[in-house]
Amino acid sequence: MAEDKAILEVKNLKTYFKTDSGIVKAVDGVNFTLKRGETLGIVGESGSGKSVTNLSVMKLIPSPPGKIVDGEVLLHGRNILSLNNRELSKIRGNKISMIFQDPMTSLNPFLKISTQMIETIMLHQKLGKDEAWDRAVEMLRLVGIPAPEKRIDAYPHQFSGGMRQRVMIAMALSCNPEILIADEPTTALDVTIQAQILELIKDLSDKMGTAVIMITHDLGVVAGMCDHVCVMYAGRIVEKAKTDDLFADPRHPYTVGLINSVPRLDQGKEEALYSIKGQPPNLIDLPDCCPFHPRCDRAKDICRSQYPPEKVLGSERFVRCWLYEEEKN
Amino acid sequence: MSKTSIQQEVLLEVRDLKQHFPIRHSQNVIRAVDGVSFSLRKGETLGLVGESGCGKSTTARAINYLYTPTSGDIILDGVNLSSLSRREMAAARKDMQMVFQDPYASLNPRMTVNQIILEPLRINKNRGVISMTNGEMDKRVEELMEIVGLSRNLKNRFPHEFSGGQRQRIGIARALALNPKLILLDEPVSALDVSIQSQVLNLLTKLQKEFGLTYLFIAHDLAVVKYISDRVAVMYLGKLVEVSPSEELYDRPLHPYTQALLSAVPIPDPEVEKSRQRIILEGDVPSPDRIQKGCYFCDRCPKVMDKCRSSIPELKDRGEDHQVACWLYE
Repeated sequence: MAEDKAILEVKNLKTYFKTDSGIVKAVDGVNFTLKRGETLGIVGESGSGKSVTNLSVMKLIPSPPGKIVDGEVLLHGRNILSLNNRELSKIRGNKISMIFQDPMTSLNPFLKISTQMIETIMLHQKLGKDEAWDRAVEMLRLVGIPAPEKRIDAYPHQFSGGMRQRVMIAMALSCNPEILIADEPTTALDVTIQAQILELIKDLSDKMGTAVIMITHDLGVVAGMCDHVCVMYAGRIVEKAKTDDLFADPRHPYTVGLINSVPRLDQGKEEALYSIKGQPPNLIDLPDCCPFHPRCDRAKDICRSQYPPEKVLGSERFVRCWLYEEEKN
Repeated sequence: MSKTSIQQEVLLEVRDLKQHFPIRHSQNVIRAVDGVSFSLRKGETLGLVGESGCGKSTTARAINYLYTPTSGDIILDGVNLSSLSRREMAAARKDMQMVFQDPYASLNPRMTVNQIILEPLRINKNRGVISMTNGEMDKRVEELMEIVGLSRNLKNRFPHEFSGGQRQRIGIARALALNPKLILLDEPVSALDVSIQSQVLNLLTKLQKEFGLTYLFIAHDLAVVKYISDRVAVMYLGKLVEVSPSEELYDRPLHPYTQALLSAVPIPDPEVEKSRQRIILEGDVPSPDRIQKGCYFCDRCPKVMDKCRSSIPELKDRGEDHQVACWLYE
């Protein structure tokens, strides 16, 4: 089946940042694959390495201080990380595009929307200016901008937050990318606008067959959008599963805690909300043990001394936790 | 059964509050808050929800007289704040404190935790509102740190040495310092990660029980508001559209805007998400600089009628303590 072919494989990706107080292991051995047409969710709290993982995939890590120290990112079997800038620019925005959290800072405030969109389209699609213009108008219409042939000549500040994010999506999809990386695309937006934008991304990715990597901290967004989910903690994926399985039967104590600590709209009031004790670890000089053990209710001796390996649980599911290693023995 | 009943004593009453801001080189004004009335009962939590720009934070700031309201009355514990002199205002303000959204911006980076929590005590002592010796004040700071779950050994540290959740605890300790009756919480957990958010929510619930506090809890996250509030007020474009006991509002939303808002919130359960019907609103919130002739929501309302465009519906009681401003129910 064509859908089952992996288009993107990330293998043992490690991205470190050098700081004055030590080396920050922002991403420390991340593996995942993305299939055609799939929507993959990456959830985690601030500093868990979600965004750095995806910037690394595009080789957009500012260096120095950052450095991709190990790993491979294979797009159709070709390692992106070994490409030079010229080759990379053929992939960025063309094969893989990205939309960011804040649509105001990711559009150039000095340039008309038309200038910014036509530039991208002409660069990647080898179209003339007039054809690129038509394509841009068509894309804006597709994302639901009213009167696109007029609005295309507006500046970013003349659009509202939700409209700007629509423009970003139009730009990102204008070259028919195979992969769309959406980094917290709705965090800056209100819920009613968020619903519009999520619906739009879902619709367009279905229509155009684009695979989506959805980075978010909102478990609700994951539940509604994604086929598979990776849960990240302290630079690694601690659990990966199909969305339904993850919510029905979370395995890693962190995932369990995360799901339980969110108040839910469709449930009555409980007495006290579950909360994970303590705070996320400092990523500088992280010891080589399970980084979650100080906050874990079920921590054992081995958790304090060794990092748990990936334990495969059924198809398309793994967890990094010592609790599941011993079950076998 | 909610822990407050309708008969309960009112601590704060807001009557037809308006807060307009002038626009430079223009005759128009921004009508950030455009006629809001509600009351807050002793010991309850009233959630104030709405999207960005709807006037939630402005309402809180106007209540606290951080802005001077354009018109309307704020009555705290029977005293109308607009009638007070500067000196009397200082004393009255002691009873209401604020906790802000951004724990990075709301603490002075050059002050230690000790100085930050001490400041309200020091200022009110200088004004002669409270009388405390220096020793008593130091003891109070340590006590407050313990109350919010911070070790007293940390009192000489600076804000940058703390995480977001801990900073929010410092902000809460500062708000508690003067034993206020009312705390205005302006998006107190929006900037925090989920695992930390639930810690702070639990702390707020515990403090309310312990000290009999009354909260005005502003947030845009409807699930959080449902969890913490006894009653919820929904705001749109500077006006309240619906006020109701929390369970009642979520079970039986009356206003089309509330219905759309609730249906837009993603629920962290894929099974539930698959079967949900979303009401997707068209368009964006209009600019608050024009005078509305009809219902403020009429441009986006899926159930709009002719009447909605020509006259403004009032907030009226529909039984069970449930108020709504909508022509559908007239």
